[in-house]
Amino acid sequence: MVRPATRAGRIERRIARAERGPADAVDAGPSRRGRRSTPYLLVGPGVAWLVLLFVVPLGSLLVTSLKTGSFAEGFETAVRLRNYSDALSESWEAIKRSFVFALVATLAAAAIGYPLAYVIAFRGGRYKGLLLGLVVLPFFTSFLMRTLAWKTILSDSGTLNTTVDRLHLFGALEFLRLVPEGSDRLLQTNIAVIGGLTYNFLPFMVLPIYVSLEKIDRRLVEAARDLYSNAFRAFRKVVLPLSIPGVMAGSLLTFIPAAGDFVNAELLGGPQQTMVGNRIQSRFFEQVDYPAAASLSFVLMALILIGVLLYARLLGTEELTG
Amino acid sequence: MTKHPFHAPVPRMTPERLARRAFLRRSGLVVGGLAAAPWLLAACGGDDDDTGGATGGGGGGGTVRISNWPFYIDADDAGDPSKGQTIPGFEALSGYDVVYDELVNDNDEWFAKFSPDLAAGNPIGLDIAVLTTWMVERLIGLGYLEELDMANLPNVANLDPVHAAVAWDPGRRFSLPWASGLGGIAYNPTRTGRAITSVSDLFDPEFAGHVTVLTEMRDTLGLTMLSMGIDVTACTPADAQAAAAKLKAATEAGQFRRATGNDYVADLLTGDTWLAVAWSGDIISAQLEDPDLIWIAPDEGTMLFTDTMIIPRGAANKAGAEAWMNHVYDPAISAQIFAYTQYQSPVVGTKEKITELDPALAENPLIFPPADVQARTFTFKTLSDEEQIEFTTLFQDSIQA
Repeated sequence: MVRPATRAGRIERRIARAERGPADAVDAGPSRRGRRSTPYLLVGPGVAWLVLLFVVPLGSLLVTSLKTGSFAEGFETAVRLRNYSDALSESWEAIKRSFVFALVATLAAAAIGYPLAYVIAFRGGRYKGLLLGLVVLPFFTSFLMRTLAWKTILSDSGTLNTTVDRLHLFGALEFLRLVPEGSDRLLQTNIAVIGGLTYNFLPFMVLPIYVSLEKIDRRLVEAARDLYSNAFRAFRKVVLPLSIPGVMAGSLLTFIPAAGDFVNAELLGGPQQTMVGNRIQSRFFEQVDYPAAASLSFVLMALILIGVLLYARLLGTEELTG
Repeated sequence: MTKHPFHAPVPRMTPERLARRAFLRRSGLVVGGLAAAPWLLAACGGDDDDTGGATGGGGGGGTVRISNWPFYIDADDAGDPSKGQTIPGFEALSGYDVVYDELVNDNDEWFAKFSPDLAAGNPIGLDIAVLTTWMVERLIGLGYLEELDMANLPNVANLDPVHAAVAWDPGRRFSLPWASGLGGIAYNPTRTGRAITSVSDLFDPEFAGHVTVLTEMRDTLGLTMLSMGIDVTACTPADAQAAAAKLKAATEAGQFRRATGNDYVADLLTGDTWLAVAWSGDIISAQLEDPDLIWIAPDEGTMLFTDTMIIPRGAANKAGAEAWMNHVYDPAISAQIFAYTQYQSPVVGTKEKITELDPALAENPLIFPPADVQARTFTFKTLSDEEQIEFTTLFQDSIQA
């Protein structure tokens, strides 16, 4: 936290400064020359890793996305920008759907994840480790297995589906556009896919929020209470602002993979839940049209990047970096 | 074409074997999941599991590496083909070691995975792969295959004349059929409430949201064309457009619950799917769990697929591959395989040998389709590369809203 933007942040900084005492304000002295290379050495492996496994594949993807030709006559290196306009126009519905699904799933994950992280951080006591372990526990089984298990849970003749039907909740779901008109099933609908995304990415929301809540100085909350804030006000004025970086990080960790996901739509959705990931998959494997698949991947990447930049702009970058 | 992992038909199961099968199926989530997402397998990369045949060979001739569709050969009770009858029998007879995998899940996926290496002239670590005819045709056209040495293949004399003359591989210089099957409709009569006889039933709004179609173009688009009175053996791009438009309208109306790969049987078994575009042999195994399920060849016709053995260019053990091909073209061996898989054998004399094994199997309509079914069995037209691209694009867009 370089430049605390909130009042609570300033208070925290003041407390921190008081704790360190005045001696700490003066730096330990000039660094020796040899130390200058240390940061570069430290960052080297990371940079090499990124170049080799991110920049190079990305470049190769970019080259592929501009190629012409087909699998039969071979793909020729070219600058065919048409691939991009085709990708946008042919898959626009799927792209829109992916962003809506990912957004709703992120909001749902935040709504579920925040209280969960809050309880673990503030009320977890000695069970904190255990509770966190439980949040992560599903990761020990295959992502695919868990998603397939949801197929069984949501099955037409399953208890959940029958219960929703008995309670006449399908009308409400229909109103929210979570199931198609006149639907009497949950599986292969919007709600199944959004639910699957929420479920699968929930830990990515919970963990960063937990970390940001955990490091909040409890004395700040006490100070707020001492200054006659009620519990809710203390939460709103102190805890919530200080935990925003966690929410921000969690949202990105949930939204980005969710927007590109295709397994949930494939298994829990039907043709009407086709996401952009499914389009990329079918272009790559069914149509063997690598340039189309690559340009669509780039379109997705660009749109996510724009979304993230807008989001960061909206909330401020210091919130993003914590 | 395709097989799926739930396909494990065994004729005349003992109760123990039945129970074992049921258990395998129930615990088959993992397998099913992988089948549902073959591209995940593809993403895992290819031939890192065998570190070269040269070092292995316990027998005289080294290792033969074969890649086939799942459950396409006899296996032991645990479903392990290398402990079935055919593979150990061949190993004992020939002195070769067989490394047999069941990683072929989808023709296009296989092509997407291996074609870069084949194009570059690198060996792909396989001596035999089994792919559907239209894909084999493409591979021949691209020059990715080794030519067969007929001197090593005396048993090819047993090849069914139906398969002998194909325009895309005159004289069978590059390919030999492994098995054939039919693309038709499977349904659950207790759910549909009536008998299903026609492809049009797939489009009946009464079943909206309870129908699945296959992502395999030649089956789904082919059946749709048959329902529209289009000749699938000579269809034009305009025909494909019309059929795709019909599918697209149904997709947008919510008629299709899913467009599936190999996992449609699982949805039939849960009852979520009432009727599905389905492959003939599959329903045999599904009937073990739900005896109500029925597979039919629709009135309008049924799509024939033939999966075919090929030797990829640069195969390390071509002689071994040919020895294997020759072996499975022995009618007795063929009977052994097809009594288990219940698909159609391309080997003449199989029927006699199967009758010796079990007379009842000689009447099995899946292994030996009756004359009326044969009369309405069609093979999808041979597509040029341009048509392949055009048809596939039309079709893929028609099953995604």
